[in-house]
Amino acid sequence: MAVFTPDIRIQSADFDLAAEVQALTAGRTDIGAVVTFSGMCRGEAGRLSALELEHYPGMAEAEISRVARQAAERWPLQGLTAIHRYGRIEPGENIVLVIAASTHRHAAFEAASFLMDFLKSRAPFWKKEHQADGSSGDWIDAKEADEEALRRWNLEAQG
Amino acid sequence: MKLVYFAWVRERIGKAEEEVDLPIAVTTAGELLHWLKSRGEEYENALQYPDVIRVAINQQHVDHAEKLNGAREVALFPPMTGG
Repeated sequence: MAVFTPDIRIQSADFDLAAEVQALTAGRTDIGAVVTFSGMCRGEAGRLSALELEHYPGMAEAEISRVARQAAERWPLQGLTAIHRYGRIEPGENIVLVIAASTHRHAAFEAASFLMDFLKSRAPFWKKEHQADGSSGDWIDAKEADEEALRRWNLEAQG
Repeated sequence: MKLVYFAWVRERIGKAEEEVDLPIAVTTAGELLHWLKSRGEEYENALQYPDVIRVAINQQHVDHAEKLNGAREVALFPPMTGG
């Protein structure tokens, strides 16, 4: 159904939100709405020096691509980009970017939200904290609220 | 069969991957977890609460009831925390 292939990238390098939006929309006159979400590393009031993001190479790309295709079938989109970084990421740095482009805003907002809810608790990434005081940090626990956010989309699909 | 581990499962077991020969009686993901737990203190420590461990067979998420069926790669990891 979708006439484009979602642009999915897993990389350690940073990304440029403006450049990615430009790349998605350049020369297009059919796009009326672009929604971007970028997730960044928080410093937790000075407690953290960095997050270490581990991922499952191969599966991360495959899973995000699969769900991005679901989004492209569920909403009328003209473009969808997802970039997820791995490795050491310091407070203030980018972690993740989702861009959804559509004719109208509703589909773009929904698709971006859907893809982010998936990324939080289904994409094979794990975050470990590095403490600013040098003590060893813990792996971040999964949150029930993220599971609930994901269930919301399933319920809508059934209803 | 190749086993791969991530995040605190990897840290507690003390290795990122290994090759294992499964006993014939081990046919599902859940049975694999149970069998691994018996292999030593580090496995017991990593897999103490098997219900929280997520499993992927050939890079696809599966339930613990899923048959291994000669899978080439099985991954064990904690709940994901991406985004």
